[in-house]
Amino acid sequence: MKRRAFIKSSSLASGAFLIPSFLKPFEAMAKPELTGYKNLVIIQLSGGNDGLNTIVPHGNDIYYQKRKTLAIANTVIVKLNDIQGLNPNLAALQEIYDQGWMSIINSVGYPNPDRSHFRSMDIWQTASNADQFLSTGWVGRYLDANCQSCPNPYTAIEVDDTLSLAMKGTQMKGIAVQDPNKLLQTTREPFFKDLVHQPNNEHLNEDNLGYLYKTMIETYSSADYIQNTSKTYKVTAEYPSTGFANQLKTVSKFINAGLQTRVYYVSLSGFDTHTNQQNQQGRQLKIYADAVAAFIKDLKQTGKLDDTLVMTFSEFGRRVEQNASNGTDHGTANNVFVFGGKLAKAGFYNDAPDLTNLENGDLKYQIDFRNVYATMLDKWLNVNNSQILNQNFSSLNFI
Amino acid sequence: MNNARQIKHLYARGGFGIAMGELLQRKNWSVKKAVKKLFAVSEPIVPLNVLTENLDLQSRADLTEDQRRAFQEKRNQQERTLNKAWMQQLSTTTDQLREKMTLFWHNHFACNIGNAYYQQQLNNVQRTHALGNFKTLLLEVSQTPAMLQFLNNQQNVKAHPNENFARELMELFTLGRGHYTEEDIKESARAFTGWAFNGKTGEYGFRTGTHDNRTKTFMGQTADFCGEDIINIILQNKQTAIFISTKLYCYLVNETPNDTHIAQMADLFYSSGYEIKSLLELVFTSDWFYEPQNIGNLIKSPVELLVGLNRQFGIRYDNLDVLLQFQRTLGQVLFKPPNVAGWPGGRNWIDSSSLMYRIKIPSTILNAGVIDFTGKATPDDEAYLASQRKQQFNVINRVQAQPDWNRFLQEIPLQFPHLEIASLLLEPPLNARVTTEVNNAPDIKTLVIQLVSTPEYQLC
Repeated sequence: MKRRAFIKSSSLASGAFLIPSFLKPFEAMAKPELTGYKNLVIIQLSGGNDGLNTIVPHGNDIYYQKRKTLAIANTVIVKLNDIQGLNPNLAALQEIYDQGWMSIINSVGYPNPDRSHFRSMDIWQTASNADQFLSTGWVGRYLDANCQSCPNPYTAIEVDDTLSLAMKGTQMKGIAVQDPNKLLQTTREPFFKDLVHQPNNEHLNEDNLGYLYKTMIETYSSADYIQNTSKTYKVTAEYPSTGFANQLKTVSKFINAGLQTRVYYVSLSGFDTHTNQQNQQGRQLKIYADAVAAFIKDLKQTGKLDDTLVMTFSEFGRRVEQNASNGTDHGTANNVFVFGGKLAKAGFYNDAPDLTNLENGDLKYQIDFRNVYATMLDKWLNVNNSQILNQNFSSLNFI
Repeated sequence: MNNARQIKHLYARGGFGIAMGELLQRKNWSVKKAVKKLFAVSEPIVPLNVLTENLDLQSRADLTEDQRRAFQEKRNQQERTLNKAWMQQLSTTTDQLREKMTLFWHNHFACNIGNAYYQQQLNNVQRTHALGNFKTLLLEVSQTPAMLQFLNNQQNVKAHPNENFARELMELFTLGRGHYTEEDIKESARAFTGWAFNGKTGEYGFRTGTHDNRTKTFMGQTADFCGEDIINIILQNKQTAIFISTKLYCYLVNETPNDTHIAQMADLFYSSGYEIKSLLELVFTSDWFYEPQNIGNLIKSPVELLVGLNRQFGIRYDNLDVLLQFQRTLGQVLFKPPNVAGWPGGRNWIDSSSLMYRIKIPSTILNAGVIDFTGKATPDDEAYLASQRKQQFNVINRVQAQPDWNRFLQEIPLQFPHLEIASLLLEPPLNARVTTEVNNAPDIKTLVIQLVSTPEYQLC
């Protein structure tokens, strides 16, 4: 079915219809301005990226002993120091690293690590303890804590079709936008429009029906705001033609158009490499690095790099020793990357992972991931991290 | 006497809604008669039996990489088959109450493992005892390979106790947080050592060799307890009846607990020896169940939304995969709860994008349209994706569904007022504006499509 026919057949017959009289358009509500704010871009690598074959400890013999067929050959590694270097597929990041725009934090994890994708991703997204189940995400709780000053869903945007748990708070949630124009078109179906554009709207009830209408109206208003604001800017920088690069290009468009968004969330899948890892992981790492390098250079060019912090994580790393089928199994601690124009500590933030001191064959974490979150909350988003992480975590010095 | 409103509410909560024709036939029934009927048709137990092969019993040691991949694909295939079979059963069965309660236990005893055969088995245990005795249900669920595996009791042995099962048993299945100590967890974990299944046959069997038969002190009592003893002690504690009653109250009545009503439920549940049917009868025949504040105020889960729509309009799908895609997009895939605590539910189902899809999906299905979205990969897809060059699904799904419009329209009496149709299709009471607009709809089909696209339709 053609796009046009689709819109027609799935649109609803129009007519001023079904709107509680207490509603009013979101535009008419208070609209505080945000000025001089900084952006945080979170990149999730889903599937448990093998950190040891990403930032390769080429100076450590144990690495080559434990990974007889899977180790990255010493000759092709992009060496950053005597111990560690980049997987050759990350070559595009060398320039970024050399400019002082990249910081690599080694051995990030949490106590009693969980090796299930589901559970570990939940832990990273909710910032919970390993034995605690939270139904709100850490960005969502950041939104909750800032409801008063930034009540709009577009304060946090996930460039995707569906919203991750990380972005969901109790009061506030971010908004998922894969393509601003498509979102706008969907909300502009006549029926939807009728539901939100009604006169005589006073206030929203606190019950579930009121909540649904409120969400609908916010979506409607946000779609309008995001499309109309972002269309004023055209990205001129070159990006690779991958889906992931396109998502970052969209983030660049949003940032450069001056969207009042504090947090962006993007993910790249395909890192669950149990077998025949080298090619698969290499392919994904190249997609990642080429897109990120383009994005960082683009932001530098437009003068936005100093106002932007980019953080990349994966739900866990891999075991130190390779498995029998040229892959690696689920492990624990991993590296986190931070990019930005004003890093306090560029390069390696801390020492390379200790391959001699393992726990059941897995790396021991040196830095709790919540210390990384705390740093971004305290020093970048200017909120007290204990409000959001439910306990106080000390900040690190990468920004 | 016209009890349409009460009967509609009963079916919205004790099932997945009632088709218009059936409701019109029963509108003069007493509530008591309708409740009796609801239980009567749920007497038969129709298990899911679509999977006959337990893939985990095969040895995989010597597989080549291609064979491994094929094996994984077969596993995924089983998961899809099972999911679709249950969706189909939910959408077509007459024993709504049993299925509605099976869904409740599915979330209460949440389990997410790669073995679909074991999932099917667990699901059938939950179905068999859905309206039976909670103690039997708890015991049988705890001894399924699915749960033994998911909560690591398989690794719970005398020399190295694994406390996962003991902790979740108390925190999530029976007492709730704050009603036991860390010491209770440690001690009871020892009692559950030896509860295991045979990896070669898939059968549960108690292993005396790994069981810790020294004395344990649990909740103030000391003896050489085994797992069954621990469960008995937990059930002797009335807090278990209160915990389950509260959860059930939130599922069937209102997300905001009412202490008086819950105490009433818990008293009966406890004194009946944990008979679920008695507890449900109490709820469905209580006056408070039909009070206005308890009607049309619960947000349907994605599965409830889809199943309700399927039932109301007798929808047939050319390809049931689309139902799986809907579940993913809306955030509830059967057999894939996000974690051991299950789906959080309520307002957690709703965010900007999920609400958009929820409002769009019913009209799209009823209008034979196309839905256009890119699915987000689940952790299970990751291994598959890692081996693929394409890193994103670009799914444009033709819904290809046939609603039974003939049946639906025939069930509506001639000259039946539009307003009546609206009030039968939507649970929340209609406000003045709805009343006016409904009367102006050009025809019934347009009216109905508009009604299923309202925020009101998201509520039950």
